[in-house]
Amino acid sequence: MAVSVDEAVSTGSARDHTPPARRLGGRGRSVLEVALLTVLAVVMLFPVLWMIETSIKENRDVYAIPAKFFDFTITLDHYKDVFVAPDGGRSALSVSFLNSVVVAGVSTVLATVLGVPAAWAYSRFAVKAKKDQLFFILSTRFMPPVVVVIPIFLMYRQVGLIDNKLGLILIYAAFNVPFTIWMMKGFVDEVPAEYEDAAMLDGYTRLQAFRRFTLPLLVPGIAATAVFALIFSWNEFVFATFLTSSDSVRTAPPAIAGLIGGTTTDWGLVAASSVVFALPVLVFAYLVRKHLIAGVTLGAVRR
Amino acid sequence: MSDPAPLTIDNPGQVASTAPPAPGRSRRLSDRGLAVAFISPAMLLLLAMSVFPLLWSLYLSFTDYSATRGGPANFIGFGNYTAILTSAQVHTRALTTLIYVIGAVGLQTVLGFGIAYLISRRTHGRGVLTTLFLVPMMLSPVVVGLFWRFMLDAQFGVVNSMLGSVGLGQVEWLTRQRTALISLIVVDTWQWTPFIMLIALAGLSAVPKYLYEAASIDRASEWFRFRTITLPLVWPLLLIAVMFRAIEAFRLFDLVYILTNGGPGVSTETLSFHIYKVAFLGFNTGTASAYGILMVLVVIVLTQFYLRYLNKLKEG
Repeated sequence: MAVSVDEAVSTGSARDHTPPARRLGGRGRSVLEVALLTVLAVVMLFPVLWMIETSIKENRDVYAIPAKFFDFTITLDHYKDVFVAPDGGRSALSVSFLNSVVVAGVSTVLATVLGVPAAWAYSRFAVKAKKDQLFFILSTRFMPPVVVVIPIFLMYRQVGLIDNKLGLILIYAAFNVPFTIWMMKGFVDEVPAEYEDAAMLDGYTRLQAFRRFTLPLLVPGIAATAVFALIFSWNEFVFATFLTSSDSVRTAPPAIAGLIGGTTTDWGLVAASSVVFALPVLVFAYLVRKHLIAGVTLGAVRR
Repeated sequence: MSDPAPLTIDNPGQVASTAPPAPGRSRRLSDRGLAVAFISPAMLLLLAMSVFPLLWSLYLSFTDYSATRGGPANFIGFGNYTAILTSAQVHTRALTTLIYVIGAVGLQTVLGFGIAYLISRRTHGRGVLTTLFLVPMMLSPVVVGLFWRFMLDAQFGVVNSMLGSVGLGQVEWLTRQRTALISLIVVDTWQWTPFIMLIALAGLSAVPKYLYEAASIDRASEWFRFRTITLPLVWPLLLIAVMFRAIEAFRLFDLVYILTNGGPGVSTETLSFHIYKVAFLGFNTGTASAYGILMVLVVIVLTQFYLRYLNKLKEG
């Protein structure tokens, strides 16, 4: 089919930037590709849409057979159930959301405070066996959580950190420090070391030069890195489920997973709490979309 | 007893106050101190929370210690290791994990690269499309697992409902041995195809346009262009993504825990999940530690490959 349909294609809205070589397929092929992309996008997004839909359905519509796609009654009861307990007080789920905010927030601050200076030092100074150190740091991040959680559990049992927010904060910080160092090292590398050298010629100490000149330039990078650390801690499940048990300490992921333990499952509630849980992540991820590749590869790949 | 020289300068302020810096020797010294002061807190946290636990695991792996029974840990040499390496149960889990890793990562690679290729050929709406495709990747495995469990439910799940409406039979997705593992692979593929897509897209956009133009002047066929220009240039980066995913898939635990809980039978028990059962349901802490150490060894080898390759790519 691929014969001189270039004209036909370029009449379609401004394909001018497409190199001529790519037009050979012609309009038929282009339509096919768009159709294929649309189908794939629908398949990828359907579960998310279905989750949102389920969260605003009445219970009888949630379990309807065949499934109801459009003609259902909208209700916000499930969202109310997420935050308000049947007796009118705060629900266990809403407490777990608060716990998640505290644990993810504090562990992110800790990882950032420890990680950023280390990243700067690795970027600027001739540290002994630097490459090995950096590799070692990243390797710790690849440890299977289930394996690490066994000794951590025993360790925490000794020092009374089981079922304690501080315990979760420490382990999350330890899992985010390698990421912070790798991610931030990339950002620091992008700031010319000459700025600091110039400042030091003016009489500033190395530390002052870092604080006054490099650090302000790093702020956007630090923000992006912190957002990723926040997302990782927020989404984490394995440590949360094995190291905490009481409602007052438990974070949201095990709390939401706990909704399906009983004989019957209120899927409307599961859907609503999942939406509430996932929404901040999506908003944050959108904010750092420019750094997404570096973020999801733990700072290893950056383009 | 003489005090050894301090390993770290615990108070960075100390370094700061050594102003004003005389150029030359003392500046270099203070640089060194600063590096140590800045790196050691992070290192200490890692040593305490990652290295020390692993060393403890290593110690426990040579004993018959049980976390619930308490009592002293008796040294039993390599007993735990031989037991694990010769156990048929472990072999089954290793095979399940292998099928899962190859199946899921393979599917993700093909689909992710395909989608990236299609998107890279668009000139409009690339940003929107990419953003939409990336949503599954950002979700917590808990949300993903729960939701697919609901959608794949044999009675009121929407997937069977859709199959029914086009006249196909009902499938017991999560409760049949064979389909459960397939479901696991499908769900993981759903979540992580965007990851491969994102990185492949970065690779595809980095291919210089003039190469295609040169090829089209030579009237090279589309397939030839793809094989000789696109693929060789994108492959190194794509391989990074694939290796990264393989390591992640090898460690997989939470999705199994939520979606199938290892069942039916043991058909979806991965190695990680088996370790969890040995440690937290069987309470054989010593055995589980040895099991974990073996898994860590595999992860370390895989990570070394990954990092070596990454390094080569960065330098090249």
